[in-house]
Amino acid sequence: MATVTSTHSIAVKVNGITYERQIEARLLLSDFLRHELGLTGTHVGCEHGVCGACTILLNGWAVRSCLMLAVQADGHEIMTVEGLSPGKGTLHPLQEGFWEAHGLQCGFCTPGFLMTLLPFLEENPDPSEEEIRQALSGNLCRCTGYQQIVEAVRLAIAKMRK
Amino acid sequence: MAEHGDRAKLLAGGQSLIPAMNFRLAQPAMLVDLNAIGELQYIRENNGGLEIGAMTRQRQVERDRLVAQHSPLLYEAMPFIAHPQIRNRGTIGGSLAHADPAAELPAIAVALEMQMQTRSQRGERWIPAGEFFLGLFTTALQPDEVLVAVRVPRLPPRTGWAFMEAARRHGDYAMMGVATVVTLDEDGFCQAARLVYLNAGDGPVNAIRAAQWLQGEKPGPSLYEAVAEEASHNEIAPLGNVHASVSFQRHLARVLTQRALGTAFQRAAPGET
Repeated sequence: MATVTSTHSIAVKVNGITYERQIEARLLLSDFLRHELGLTGTHVGCEHGVCGACTILLNGWAVRSCLMLAVQADGHEIMTVEGLSPGKGTLHPLQEGFWEAHGLQCGFCTPGFLMTLLPFLEENPDPSEEEIRQALSGNLCRCTGYQQIVEAVRLAIAKMRK
Repeated sequence: MAEHGDRAKLLAGGQSLIPAMNFRLAQPAMLVDLNAIGELQYIRENNGGLEIGAMTRQRQVERDRLVAQHSPLLYEAMPFIAHPQIRNRGTIGGSLAHADPAAELPAIAVALEMQMQTRSQRGERWIPAGEFFLGLFTTALQPDEVLVAVRVPRLPPRTGWAFMEAARRHGDYAMMGVATVVTLDEDGFCQAARLVYLNAGDGPVNAIRAAQWLQGEKPGPSLYEAVAEEASHNEIAPLGNVHASVSFQRHLARVLTQRALGTAFQRAAPGET
């Protein structure tokens, strides 16, 4: 079957900066962020919505960037893990929590965990351990066994309260 | 859609279609994105029940006050659908039109006797949920039709409900699940009952015979046991997979049915046991 490729021009705001690009309709948002914009903090794991590594915020909601086409982000606001830290040399309390409590080993899954947690903690700043585990059930980590991740979240909560 | 028929696919939340495309299991020649159609995203009251636009995100349904008030079964089942990141994007209409037998919403739709509103160039029609799901990933939707809304009828008085499922991990596909709606008459006998199972066949499985056993009876544990036995052994047809064998799925159905009926009848007659 002949493949028809259509291109579209889109304007997307990512981490506060508006990018305009001409892209193929079939391009995934995750590949757009990594290859077109060079924002390689968003990781691509399973590419079918199971692992959570590619989680980003779309208009403030955590979504899988591998399950969206980049053209669908036209006119919307995106935040990736690169937008988390307030400036060079400073980390977001969530990142500090993960660092200090050893919430990562290889770090591949970490951007997805951080972007899942950001809106979760904004909505629920004092979650129980079960709520934390449930919130993270859509993110896979093969190194930590999750125990340190839960501790990292608790530490981050304590830091955010200060 | 009228022009391209089967070669075109409607793109709703994309939480099933895009993974299928990523794996090249689906290779539609054309995609029609419904996400920019704001008119398909709404939740409103309708005759004491609800009307929900097909493109309403599952997250919105999950958190909606009207849904909690008018359709407690739907409200109870929403958090079981996949993970929050999926519900943030996934839509109620997308899940229903996809008709995955392991999904929650098709079973809920049948249990609540939802009505599906479709639209095409030929006009509009309403399809009862019981006639909408035709089999594995197959619905009564024609290639040129779009599912635009669902209506959730008001529950009659003295009606109880329950949704229960067993999954290996929260958010995973359930190994077995059941949605039940029961109505008592004024004397406390069962007037009507529905038991609908997910991941129990090639679509939502409506256990009509088992539900009939409840009719006219006084609810109680020994009755639930008999009904659960009938539904789990004679009516459902689970396929089994790497996570759960057929016999384990039947076992889960039996246990979940008893628990769900207990909860539903308690809700139908609060104050009694």
